[in-house]
Amino acid sequence: MASLAERRVDLAREGFWSRTGFLIRRYPLGAAGALIMVVFVLSAAFAPWITEFDPLSTNSRLSLAPPSLEHWMGADFMGRDIYSRIVYGARVSLAVGVGSTALGCAIGVVVGLLSGYLGGWVDLAVQRVSDILQALPLLVLALVMSASLGPSLRNTIIAISIPLIPYAARVIRANTLAVRELAFVEAARAVGMSELRIAVRHVLPNTIAPLIVLATAQLGSAILTEASLSFLGLGVPEPYPSWGRMLSESAAEYVRTAPWLVIFPGLAISLAVFGTNLLGDALRDVLDPRQRA
Amino acid sequence: MGSYLIRRLGLMVLTLCGISVVIFVLLRLVPGNIVDILFDSAGMVNPAEKVKIEQELGLDRPIVVQYVSWIDGLAHGDLGYSYVSEKPALDEILPRIPITARLAGLALVFSVVIGVPFGVISAVRQNTALDYVLRVVSLSGLSMPSFWLGLLILMWFVAQFGSLPIYTNTPGTFWDTLLLYSVPAAAVGFRSSALIMRLTRSSMLEVMRQDYIRTARAKCASERAVNYHHALRNAVLPVVTVIGIEAAFLIGGLIVTETVFNIPGVARFLVEAIRWRDYPIVQNLVMFIAIVVVVVNFLVDMLYAVLDPRIRYS
Repeated sequence: MASLAERRVDLAREGFWSRTGFLIRRYPLGAAGALIMVVFVLSAAFAPWITEFDPLSTNSRLSLAPPSLEHWMGADFMGRDIYSRIVYGARVSLAVGVGSTALGCAIGVVVGLLSGYLGGWVDLAVQRVSDILQALPLLVLALVMSASLGPSLRNTIIAISIPLIPYAARVIRANTLAVRELAFVEAARAVGMSELRIAVRHVLPNTIAPLIVLATAQLGSAILTEASLSFLGLGVPEPYPSWGRMLSESAAEYVRTAPWLVIFPGLAISLAVFGTNLLGDALRDVLDPRQRA
Repeated sequence: MGSYLIRRLGLMVLTLCGISVVIFVLLRLVPGNIVDILFDSAGMVNPAEKVKIEQELGLDRPIVVQYVSWIDGLAHGDLGYSYVSEKPALDEILPRIPITARLAGLALVFSVVIGVPFGVISAVRQNTALDYVLRVVSLSGLSMPSFWLGLLILMWFVAQFGSLPIYTNTPGTFWDTLLLYSVPAAAVGFRSSALIMRLTRSSMLEVMRQDYIRTARAKCASERAVNYHHALRNAVLPVVTVIGIEAAFLIGGLIVTETVFNIPGVARFLVEAIRWRDYPIVQNLVMFIAIVVVVVNFLVDMLYAVLDPRIRYS
């Protein structure tokens, strides 16, 4: 049997499908995670095509209807179809998850690059501000921020993205410090490349792999934080169907009377986060072998 | 070591000062204070009365003056008055701390007792079916929101016993109380145990690759002795550091879990105070949480140096 290194060389020559097949065999859990994420994204994208009922239309006759053939996840207090609300809820989760991760990482990349590249007092200031932001639990900071900004989809994204900045900044900074000492950076400087261009063209691409690993992990915690915020009534407001808020509407009393209101939204949150976690672990193994457990 | 300690303590104070500024400013970013909320719900607007209440609460003063008077009060043990209950903030916060502390302590015990042994098993049986099952279980533990796990546990109680293990203030026997606390503690602790299990596993695998483990194997030490005597003792050291991360992790879990189980601890109180814009309570509680996290992290670093003689801070 060919060694892994030879196999990797072969891969470069093989087609897309055999390469994918190899990765699936080698990282079955990661492939499962990727599959979950694909289902998640597709249901968000094609929500109107795969649901029969409007997620917002109420129907008093269906109030707290148990799962049936027509409404196979049941209906909530206002008679809204749970299945439709969960499918449309994927849009909210995905918007907040991707939005806040992207915003947090984008700012984190700039800050981390500046901090690692410039050093000196800029670096010192960034480090101290990161200490401050990281000394508070993610949920506490997001809670205070979303309460002070007021409930809206945009504000929820901002409230979750700010606490994520220092994590991305730290990763990028550490990588920048390592990369900028390497010979090719010195060579670029020797041929007269500007510092900004070196930072963007040479240092940044070399920090992409750990950033992808970090962003996948943060996507999961952003989705989880949105669910918690909405559960506490301080996240995404009506009329958006948010998974977390579906649980807070139905909390403790429905545990006795309408368990389907509790089971399905929670299952949706857990599955989505589970998918990102599985995928994140596999990506870490592929892209950042030094961290491999 | 001495100079390291001084520098480290200085940084801690600096961080806490920074947090106080951030929280104070954040809470006042948006127009709309407690007075607006009171008047909103009352539905009547009497500008003169509004100004009077603002003056009473000190909300009309410049923000810098408000900040200085808060910090001055903190230094003297005076945390101001809750806007909602009008009782001293300290009297509102202090009685709730033991409840949350007990819950957090139990959750921590739970997470270590579950997390470490299963992490070891997972590492020793690396890439077997058992390892895969344990890894999937721990990852799903990290994926489940703890409030949902709490609700599922409540559901199970209803199905099994027909009653909910909801917090009551009536004094019961020690075991009754322990049971009441254990259920929410398990809901929070399961998530933390997953974190500890993953860390134990990777730390164990790291150690098992080292030379002295091969040496132990070479001199025909039993598999058991190698795993549990040689490897585990070194592998659990990094796990100690997770307790620092745990502190922040647990608080996040406690906030939602106390809400689900209706436990009158500090974490649920924070959510209530945020909803009411009860500034004195929110800023003091967030400060309290920050102090706990910073101090726990400091103690964990020190403990690590004590446990592992290879580590020297300078």
